[in-house]
Amino acid sequence: MLAWTIYLSFAGALLQALLPKGQNTLARWLALSVALAGLALGIAGFVVGMGQGRVVLIDLPWVPAMGIHYLLAADGISRVLVLLTGLAAVAGVLFSWNIELRTNEFFAFYLALIGGVYGVFLSFDLFLLFVFYEIAIVPKYFIIAIWGSTRREYAAMKLALYSFIGSAMVLIGLLAAYATAGSHSTGLVELAHAGLPVSFQLWCFPLVFTGFAILAGMWPFHTWAPTGHVAAPTAASMLLAGVVMKLGAYGCLRVGIALFPHGLDPWGFSFAGIGSWRDVFALLAVIGIVYGALVALVQTDFKFVIGYSSVSHMGFVLLGLMTLNQIGVTGAVLQMFSHGILAGLLFAIVGRIVYERTHTRQLGELETMHLSRRMPFAAVAFVIAGLASMGMPLFSGFWAEMQVLVGTWKVNPWWTIAAGVGIVVGVAYTWRAVQKAFFSDALPSAHVLEQEHGRHFAAITWPEVTGVVMLTGVSLAVGVYPKILLDAIEPAVKALLAGGGQ
Amino acid sequence: MNYADLFRVTLPETTLELAALLVVVIDLGFLRKAALRVRVTIAALLGVVGCGVALWALRVSGGGGFSFDGAIVLAQSGYIAIAQSGILVLTALTLLLLIDEDFTRHIGEFVAVVLMAAAGGLLVASAQDLLVIFVGLELLSLSLYIMTAFAKSSGKSAEAALKYYLFGGMSAAFLLFGFSYFYGLSGSTNLAEIQSAIAASGSSPLFFVAWILVVAGLGFKVAAVPFHLWAPDTYEGAPAPAAAFIASVSKVASFALLITFSWFLLLPGGPIEGSKQSVEEYIRISFQMGSKLAGILLVVAAASMIVGNLAALAQLSVRRLLAYSAIAHAGYMLLGIAAIPTITMIEPTGGIFALTHMVYRNSEAVLYYVLTYGLTTIGAFGVVSVVERATGSDRLDSFLGLHKRNPLLAAVLLVLFLSLAGIPPLVGFWAKFNLFAAVLGVSAGPVPFALVALAIAMSAVSLYYYLQVLKRAYVMPAIDNSPIKAHPVTMAVLLFIAAAVVVLGLYPSLLQNWIQSFYPVS
Repeated sequence: MLAWTIYLSFAGALLQALLPKGQNTLARWLALSVALAGLALGIAGFVVGMGQGRVVLIDLPWVPAMGIHYLLAADGISRVLVLLTGLAAVAGVLFSWNIELRTNEFFAFYLALIGGVYGVFLSFDLFLLFVFYEIAIVPKYFIIAIWGSTRREYAAMKLALYSFIGSAMVLIGLLAAYATAGSHSTGLVELAHAGLPVSFQLWCFPLVFTGFAILAGMWPFHTWAPTGHVAAPTAASMLLAGVVMKLGAYGCLRVGIALFPHGLDPWGFSFAGIGSWRDVFALLAVIGIVYGALVALVQTDFKFVIGYSSVSHMGFVLLGLMTLNQIGVTGAVLQMFSHGILAGLLFAIVGRIVYERTHTRQLGELETMHLSRRMPFAAVAFVIAGLASMGMPLFSGFWAEMQVLVGTWKVNPWWTIAAGVGIVVGVAYTWRAVQKAFFSDALPSAHVLEQEHGRHFAAITWPEVTGVVMLTGVSLAVGVYPKILLDAIEPAVKALLAGGGQ
Repeated sequence: MNYADLFRVTLPETTLELAALLVVVIDLGFLRKAALRVRVTIAALLGVVGCGVALWALRVSGGGGFSFDGAIVLAQSGYIAIAQSGILVLTALTLLLLIDEDFTRHIGEFVAVVLMAAAGGLLVASAQDLLVIFVGLELLSLSLYIMTAFAKSSGKSAEAALKYYLFGGMSAAFLLFGFSYFYGLSGSTNLAEIQSAIAASGSSPLFFVAWILVVAGLGFKVAAVPFHLWAPDTYEGAPAPAAAFIASVSKVASFALLITFSWFLLLPGGPIEGSKQSVEEYIRISFQMGSKLAGILLVVAAASMIVGNLAALAQLSVRRLLAYSAIAHAGYMLLGIAAIPTITMIEPTGGIFALTHMVYRNSEAVLYYVLTYGLTTIGAFGVVSVVERATGSDRLDSFLGLHKRNPLLAAVLLVLFLSLAGIPPLVGFWAKFNLFAAVLGVSAGPVPFALVALAIAMSAVSLYYYLQVLKRAYVMPAIDNSPIKAHPVTMAVLLFIAAAVVVLGLYPSLLQNWIQSFYPVS
């Protein structure tokens, strides 16, 4: 059943491409129905899959001579992330309701991207996973380059090249693992059980992990993320931060950690406290958390604040993965979900609701606009989203980050302390953004006041309200009752850490 | 010597030559007064029919080969039949794209030359003897020079042809010089006998000299660095169908020849019989020699990947861009050919030592690559030629706003270029994956691995320049919004190629199984 999320999305993309020009309303509704159908399938798959382990959806020989299978399966982690993709897809369509330029092409690329993302989360054959992973690169380029804003061509090319270089590293690792394991199969489970030599894992793991982590926004390979997020149209920012960065993190977990568990073994010597790849990547993750937060603190562009906060929050995911213990990795997966929802929400408010009305994202200019009074809905939504994002209890982010920190404490308390600093700075930059954008008492200049008399902001539209309510509601639901997701994630993480993802 | 055998084996070549003559006779004899459009259509269709009949002849005559004095001169089995079928199909596609062209009034002659070049290609692919190889190469090359020069009214065409001819003449001289060394060292022009002579005499430095000269000659044919200088100019100046032919059919023939050479010179011959010791000694010497000879190819391959991809970044003309990308692709394929000899796995089965499977795996992958690459390139040149006729130039900027001016053409361009960049699920990705997996599968070790890593890194670079073209077509605003019209046949061929690129990418087994069916079961 879950496999249909992929086919539906690609079929939708094809339909959109064939749609005659000018049928913008039809294109929107078509996109929304495809996204809703995907979400419905995701929810149904999640509910049906409750309490089940890995379920094979379809297994066909694809290239029998090389042992490549068209193998789609789902375990708890996949189901949670498919659900996230469904939510992000629906929200993304809602927040791109106002796209007038080449509407059907926009949604064609959009749905193709979604289809690729679903595919990655459901593939249990490394080759297939890689195919879907690369399919997702090209639509990103066109979406940003055609419908983007600030320096869009530069940002789009940067994003495409970073992604492609990352996937090239993954491809090298994939080929090496395939050849080393005897060129029999590219199945994830088979490769994990192939007994790859430890010395091989020690160099292949960092290659593959870094390749995926580039897309997860790991410092210092994160620079595509802020520029990409800022340049992208709102829906694409939401997808980029919401699910595409998760592709990277998911690859780190599903491929990097599951296939090369010994890649994390100690080297046998240590340099300045760094004695294994695990230490290296955990350190980079912690640097990412703190660095992203500090940079977000000084941004003047509202969207850049959210862009850098994504880097910071994704650091928690990578840090959680590097704990290698049950609670930390579970937290990492939950953080993927939580950040996917919240980043989408924040980008929607900043990029769509606010920017479409004020036509500026400069905090300095927003300061003069008294947005809390003129746009109360946006202000309330942003305050809630900001609270959720900084880790307020009763929202999803709280449980995720807490689990990561608890997991980290068991491994190395210093990392926890450093990450805690990141959280504190996170509160600071969110507060600063809220205050500057919405609640500033700075007097508007005469010029702006003059303009203001004749100009009212357009009313909040129904797609905007629906999107905000949906995303906030999900985050709140998971925050109040995290067990609903944890029950799915925990057994899957346990199986994965025990080896092979069986 | 058996003339009946010779006739049977060369039936496809004969068919092509007859078709060439027929086209000239009909065009000059009966259609002098007809409109150019009619003449082009009839000539091209006759050529396509000729290719079809030759394809049928290939099946009829299949197997065996032609021997002279007990030494095989023309072979027809395995990879050779695949390459020959590929040559014929790609030639037919090139001819179909000709229908819309108007660069010459002497269309009958042009089609005749194309068919003769294809016959040369068939000969090159099947030849197992230095003399026949040379004859085939000259037939192919001379036809290509003529095709390049065919746009008589264009100065660029003449310039391109002259450059191509001068470089080609020199490289032919190198090749012949190398051949003369091989003959001098072994007393034979037959590749199988040269192979035994190498194994018997051990490694004489003169073999290296001969091999380097041969690599120079063949490196020119496949446009490998440092013998690539002709390629950008020729691709830019030649009429589009000629350029497409050079980039596809000539590549397939040349790589088939390279596989032949690698088969005989870099490897100990097929399954070997004898006592364990003598076989091991024989293999040891051959491998020693082979891996050194292959080292030269690896250097050329690495240089081609790097230079081709980096130089393509700076191009403003799409044809030159395609030329440099062709150089890069030649580098990947050479890697596939050169990685053969580092196999050390030998399994004795009843006194016969077989090391064939791994070798097959490699040549299969190279063939897969060159066939699909040829197909994609013909399509790419088809698109370029349509755009060129509408805008008068092949600059990057003439592709501006293509998605508005002709959405279908832009979609074809998107598919073909993404395939060339190696984006799944298109066939170019599968070809690369298959090739690199084959290289790593047959030859583990740091050097092949490093080169595969280099190749993958370089294909990441290549995405940039392919996107430069697609960016013009899809992203940047158009200067001119007038629609671009393509001839229905041209459009149909381009759509067919794009569909093939997608379908073969989604079902890689289709083509792979077909290729494997030509190889003995191992």
